[in-house]
Amino acid sequence: MSNPQIEIQLIAAVVAVACAIPGVFLVLRKMALISDAISHSILPGLVLGFFITQDLNSPLLIIFAAFTGIITVVLVEWIQKTGLVKEDTAIGLVFPALFSIGVILIAKNANDVHLDVDAVLLGELAFAPFDRLMMSGVDVGPKSLWVMGVILVITVALLLLFFKELKVSTFDVGLSSALGFSPVILHYGLMSISSITVVGAFEAVGAILVVALMIAPAATSYLLTSDLKKMLLLSVLFGVFSAISGYWLAHWLDASIAGSISTMLGLVFLIVYLFAPKKGLIAVMYRQKQQRIEVSLLTFLLHLNNHTEEEERHINHLREHINWQKIRAKSVVDLAEKNNLISIDNQLVSLTEKGSNFTNIALEYIITNKDENIEHLKDDFFLFRG
Amino acid sequence: MTITEYFNLLFTDYTLRTITLGTAVLGAICGMLGSFAVLRKQSLLGDAISHAALPGIAVAFLITGAKDTNTLLLGALVSGLIGTFWIRGMTKKTHLKSDTALGLVLSLFFGFGMLLLTYIQKQPNANQAGLDKYLFGQAATLVESDVILMLIVTGLALIVMLLFWKEFKILLFDADYTKTLGFNTKFIDITITFFIVLAIVLGLQTVGVVLMSAMLLAPAAAARQWTNKLSVMVFLAAIFGAFSGVFGTAISASQNNLSTGPVIVLVASVFVLFSFIFSPGRGLLFRQLRFRRNRRDLQLKKTLQFMFGIVETHENISHPHAIKILNNFQGFAKSSLKEMVEKGWISLNGQEWALTQKGFEEAQTMFDKKDDNE
Repeated sequence: MSNPQIEIQLIAAVVAVACAIPGVFLVLRKMALISDAISHSILPGLVLGFFITQDLNSPLLIIFAAFTGIITVVLVEWIQKTGLVKEDTAIGLVFPALFSIGVILIAKNANDVHLDVDAVLLGELAFAPFDRLMMSGVDVGPKSLWVMGVILVITVALLLLFFKELKVSTFDVGLSSALGFSPVILHYGLMSISSITVVGAFEAVGAILVVALMIAPAATSYLLTSDLKKMLLLSVLFGVFSAISGYWLAHWLDASIAGSISTMLGLVFLIVYLFAPKKGLIAVMYRQKQQRIEVSLLTFLLHLNNHTEEEERHINHLREHINWQKIRAKSVVDLAEKNNLISIDNQLVSLTEKGSNFTNIALEYIITNKDENIEHLKDDFFLFRG
Repeated sequence: MTITEYFNLLFTDYTLRTITLGTAVLGAICGMLGSFAVLRKQSLLGDAISHAALPGIAVAFLITGAKDTNTLLLGALVSGLIGTFWIRGMTKKTHLKSDTALGLVLSLFFGFGMLLLTYIQKQPNANQAGLDKYLFGQAATLVESDVILMLIVTGLALIVMLLFWKEFKILLFDADYTKTLGFNTKFIDITITFFIVLAIVLGLQTVGVVLMSAMLLAPAAAARQWTNKLSVMVFLAAIFGAFSGVFGTAISASQNNLSTGPVIVLVASVFVLFSFIFSPGRGLLFRQLRFRRNRRDLQLKKTLQFMFGIVETHENISHPHAIKILNNFQGFAKSSLKEMVEKGWISLNGQEWALTQKGFEEAQTMFDKKDDNE
């Protein structure tokens, strides 16, 4: 690995961590799309900032652009408050307009501004190591590494300082204001940090990857845990992993680094989405199928409990009378038999003692506790699940 | 070229006519279908879908190796639909919220699309140039066949919309009721979504991935301000969309270095801003005026009640009282007294006021009356 290669990976990893932390809170606060809006609407801020400072490397530029990001948030909230349109429409109206202004400003001053709209969307991570920061004549490293490093340090410091407040205001706004933490200040604090992170990061990785780096690791870890600290940790891990593996994917395909990193983020998310133990797609579908069969089983047992006459308890009756499909009827009967809830004697189904016990308790439970689940009852009686 | 020149050239110049017609038709179909997206609270779906369409374009190019617009758009349609259904799946099967699902699909698909596009660019194939026009769109590349395709899709969407108007409408406003009536809500839902995706994909070539969502939203959001009736809203949105397209094209053609997409979006945004402020029913300006008028009215009535309280204890209701005693009453002003005189509630005589018969009755029955607005 050459020196620039290590530096690119380092920058990518730092950006990933810096994005993952505010990303977790954005996802939890259901404001994930604000990051999309901010990443687009900082464009006019960058261009205007450039007109004022005439220097693409000025730190003022970052502050200017971040300020545009906050203006976007305020504008969205203001439009929302008028009640003329819904929140999502407000977001969708504000950022394309601001982005268009940015694109037009760049196009009209193409000769003066060394900003390329493609670069804004995609970033140029590959060139980041060539933009060095010189301190009194000494080369101290790539500029974007320093910028992102500073932003990361600030983010982490603020996170440690205000972790409790952020946690409370994220999960219970009412409690947080009752305890004296102003949700408004925390909200705008988070927005400011997100905005600054987006601006700092998008020079390196582009507007769209910033969104991916903010949302994807947070969403992935949200599928795996319900603990905020674990979620933050996992997001950081997923972000760094995707950043570094994405770099090597890009290296191998000779393609855009930003694109490869998002692809890796997508792959990681897809795997977790499918296979997460409790909240993954397969687990959820399996659980739903299990519950479907168990509800049928309960219906079946209640039916048996209600009828003593023989024709109602004939095994073929299930299909004829309750109109279940063959397979479903079979799996229900099998399950009941496996659990010793019924006995089949000469094609006549009858409840065993355990079966009628279960049915009576379940019946009573259904009558008294209307909608609550009866999982623990099933645990008591079932050896095998549906 | 100035704007007047543009409109003169419009009828003679083939390219200009094609582009203008294309953007107008696009604006119309986007406005029409966008109304449904906005009312279904799926405003940002357009943003996600348009980004999600990018890998489809790249994959279609990789498979066919040709730059035929229709093939590429078909690819975009497929990947847009995949994105849409994944968003639905995510919000239904997991506890991820819709904003997260939208943001995920948007950024991940787009990132993957960019990976493919940059990969294609490195391939030794001279044919690949110009795929990136789908990022920001280039109205200038519209040809007659594109416009014909747009017209066909618009016609199709129009027919389906008129055919299923009742179903679309009822699903918009009361999904549960629709289900109990026995309509196949899933089918209606998928039909609307399909056409929204179709409209977005059609616009990619003209407006581009990034700004397409505004094309869908802005005309509908503007139209929403002028009416509470769905049919009027859809019609208005189509008109606003078409005009944004035409004006946007005109402005961008009359200036150098202006791409059409952003200008169309800005024109549409101006429509929205104008509607927000000046629409008579919901607009901010008239709302503020109404608010002021109501406050003034309330103040007058409050003063009248206060006077009534004083006068009640007297036998002669028109017995004059000093204005001075009103001074400690909040909301009193010379102008409000004058207005009350105009209404015939009181008469002023130097530094004294007296309640008239009319004013007395007004105050007496004030709380029995129903408001005209009710």
